[in-house]
Amino acid sequence: MEKYIIEMINITKVFPGIVANDNITLRLKKGEIHALLGENGAGKSTLMSVLFGLYQPDGGEIRKNGEVVHINNPNDANDLGIGMVHQHFKLVEIFTVLDNIILGVEPSKMGFIQKKEAREKVLKLSEKYGLKIDPDAVIEDITVGMQQRVEILKMLYRENEILIFDEPTAVLTPQEISELLQTMRNFANEGKSILFITHKLNEIMAVADRCTVLRKGKLVGTVDVKDTTKEELSRMMVGRDVSFRVEKKEKKPGEVVLSVRNLSVPSKTHKKDAVKNVSFDIRSGEIVCIAGIDGNGQTELVGAITGLEKASGGRIFLNGKDITKATIRKRSIEGISHIPEDRHKHGLVLDYKLEENLVLQRYWQPEFQSKGFIKFDAVRKYANKLIDKFDIRSGQGPITIARSMSGGNQQKAIIAREIDKKHDLLVAVQPTRGLDVGAIEYVHKQLVETRDAGKAVLLVSFELDEVMNVSDRILVMYEGEIVGDLDPKKVTVQELGLYMSGAKRDQLKEINDAG
Amino acid sequence: MQDKNDFTRNKRFSFKQIAAKLNFSSLTSALLAILLGLIFGFFVMLFAMPANALAGFRYIAFGGFSRLGDVFYFATPILMTGLSVGFAFKMGLFNIGASGQYTMGMFFALYAGFMWDLPNGIHWIAAVLAGMVGGMLWGFIPGFFKALLNVNEVITSIMFNYIGMYLVDMWVRGSSTMYNSTITRTNYLPQSAQIPSLGITGSNVNYGIVLAILIGIILHIVLQKTTFGYELKATGYNKHAAEYAGMKGKTNIIITMMIAGALSGLGGAFMILAPSGIPGSSMTYEPVNIIAANGFNGIAVALLGNSNPIGIIFSALFISHLQRGGTLTNLVGYKPEIIDVVIAIIIYFSAFAMIMNAAIGEFIKKRIKKTDSDIIEDTTEELNVTDASNNNSKEAE
Repeated sequence: MEKYIIEMINITKVFPGIVANDNITLRLKKGEIHALLGENGAGKSTLMSVLFGLYQPDGGEIRKNGEVVHINNPNDANDLGIGMVHQHFKLVEIFTVLDNIILGVEPSKMGFIQKKEAREKVLKLSEKYGLKIDPDAVIEDITVGMQQRVEILKMLYRENEILIFDEPTAVLTPQEISELLQTMRNFANEGKSILFITHKLNEIMAVADRCTVLRKGKLVGTVDVKDTTKEELSRMMVGRDVSFRVEKKEKKPGEVVLSVRNLSVPSKTHKKDAVKNVSFDIRSGEIVCIAGIDGNGQTELVGAITGLEKASGGRIFLNGKDITKATIRKRSIEGISHIPEDRHKHGLVLDYKLEENLVLQRYWQPEFQSKGFIKFDAVRKYANKLIDKFDIRSGQGPITIARSMSGGNQQKAIIAREIDKKHDLLVAVQPTRGLDVGAIEYVHKQLVETRDAGKAVLLVSFELDEVMNVSDRILVMYEGEIVGDLDPKKVTVQELGLYMSGAKRDQLKEINDAG
Repeated sequence: MQDKNDFTRNKRFSFKQIAAKLNFSSLTSALLAILLGLIFGFFVMLFAMPANALAGFRYIAFGGFSRLGDVFYFATPILMTGLSVGFAFKMGLFNIGASGQYTMGMFFALYAGFMWDLPNGIHWIAAVLAGMVGGMLWGFIPGFFKALLNVNEVITSIMFNYIGMYLVDMWVRGSSTMYNSTITRTNYLPQSAQIPSLGITGSNVNYGIVLAILIGIILHIVLQKTTFGYELKATGYNKHAAEYAGMKGKTNIIITMMIAGALSGLGGAFMILAPSGIPGSSMTYEPVNIIAANGFNGIAVALLGNSNPIGIIFSALFISHLQRGGTLTNLVGYKPEIIDVVIAIIIYFSAFAMIMNAAIGEFIKKRIKKTDSDIIEDTTEELNVTDASNNNSKEAE
């Protein structure tokens, strides 16, 4: 019998209305990278929360080195050497990097914190693993990538030997991802054991030794990565064949729907403009993708188009009408639908029911309201229609509280609401962020269908695969300017990368100024 | 496919499930909070005067029933300020300025009562409406600052509590029609300005409480059924999503604060315009530079009522019941100050226990679920084995 460092045997966890983990067994060898793969809501996070002591299992047991252990809270997990990098970081925003790392295990003498030793230890770790950080920087000022390195250092500082990474690459740029994967390899070579939750198959193929696949709370199986293929893994995960290519017909561009002229948008973080003198057109029946590394002005550009942010210069026209100063509601009526970047912050009222969220953009229309009173019958009927049409799954149907739904279904709800609403332009910002392959396929299909129905689609994405596969035209943003207007059929990924990193740019600016 | 089946099954039971859930999280935990508060209050009474604690506590708990008219009368103002705080809270605003709005409403009502010469039957209605306008004005100011300049409404409304109170005391003292300097109180209001009595002898209870309860029910309907309520709650839960959906956040903040102010103002009007049991007299106001306690009691009422208008109606009646019962405890020798302390402890302990309701509810739910799952596990042999091993390992600990 092989030696396992952690065994989770026949774990069952039941939530009201759903069996999140049904008799799942997962065994982690020492020094391996073990991927945990599954769709949204398959039970990956629940299983890891059980291991980390956040949930108590309703059945089954956990063993460490063959001995049964009880993990009642994260402190127990920490004592057993289990550390976790959560998908949403657990950092104190106004503390420094060093303070965050030692938080909870501060070395102290007579009640005074001994930061000097701590700093030395942290710097040593940082150097050893190539995790670059500035110990005195405040968390809210540093990049997401660096925040993640802080989370990793937190685990190392606590001398954890079993490291759980919960979808660590969802928030990173391609360069940061490859760095992270290399770091994980280094950990494994040193004898640390890693559980890697993800639904990006490329990353599993690149780094993992074995992979356990869950589907709808049940264990599908554990496979050796070197004996399997991407296609097989995705079939295990989704239960059917998934196409990685986006099927679409030739585009048939029509009239100009959105026209942006010399637009500038101020930045919230620095004094310069985040969007500088940008001009472009989007026609009906085409998907235009804004590509670029996060933080190059995409958020501000979308904010100005949808009305969440004010432009400092330039004009925006929708179907020929000037909407530069229009309210958000007015723009929505004029035909802008918006799938927002942050579905929890903007897209949903999490404490509202699903049906209430589905009419968030339309509750004031005569269909759902008369004399100020909401027609709840009509809302329910409409919600059921959308739930059927867009296959939104939830515990209690239209009356499910949005907060309790899985991320993929929350996103489906937003997409259903925005696509079903009358619109000419669909603005979709990272619509597949944090979704699994099945859901990504679904979102891409919806975007293409929207295009084929003669709408204009503005897609903002950081995923190169998505940019290349879905779009009909690529606009590359770099430092607030559009540096390339490319045809995805003619450009290579390498070339696109050069544009995104600012190494290459077209002479578009003069053309746009003239037009 | 299986999911779909589950879904239809759930749908059939959903009503029952929701009802059970709602009952649990609000009513049950409110009752639990009250029970905890009462127990704690009893200990304080025991500490203050051990011999008479039981008799005194009996007055607090049941004394109100013998003076129901007064319970309803004194419930009226705290019901209104409770609705005011609770309503603003639904939008995520903390209206700590209920006191100032209440005082302002009372002054406007007084002014209308003394200065306007209107026929019977209309005068009191006009005075009540004037009180509403006064409170509305005092709610508008913090709302305006919050919406347009992003000034925290807590700070503004605390300051306007003082501004309102000093202004009103100054205005009252400055008017010889309103103020009688020999008794240092306001004069008696004309009969026509007093709200018609409900006709219970020995009590001031009047149509004010009927109106207040009606207003509570209307607010409930506004919050649950209207687009305005939908926007209000959406903004309270997630103002970013409300902005994204094109709701007019700034206008809604101002409207909400105006409504909250109007509610408190009505509370002040209902209080001062109440008819007196003695013919020819009326309620009076003494300008002594003290911030109206009824405003702050409204915060406790709203907390205990979980900001739900219907809940607030009951919590206001409950707190008034305690206060009326409390006044009887001096029959067994308790000083009024001790009683104020005990009642404050009961109210605030209950309110704080209410805040903890999530934790308490969770605890009890867990217990219930445990017994439920035990029953389920008994039915299947296979599960029994794992259950037994679980129990064993627990015993080993």
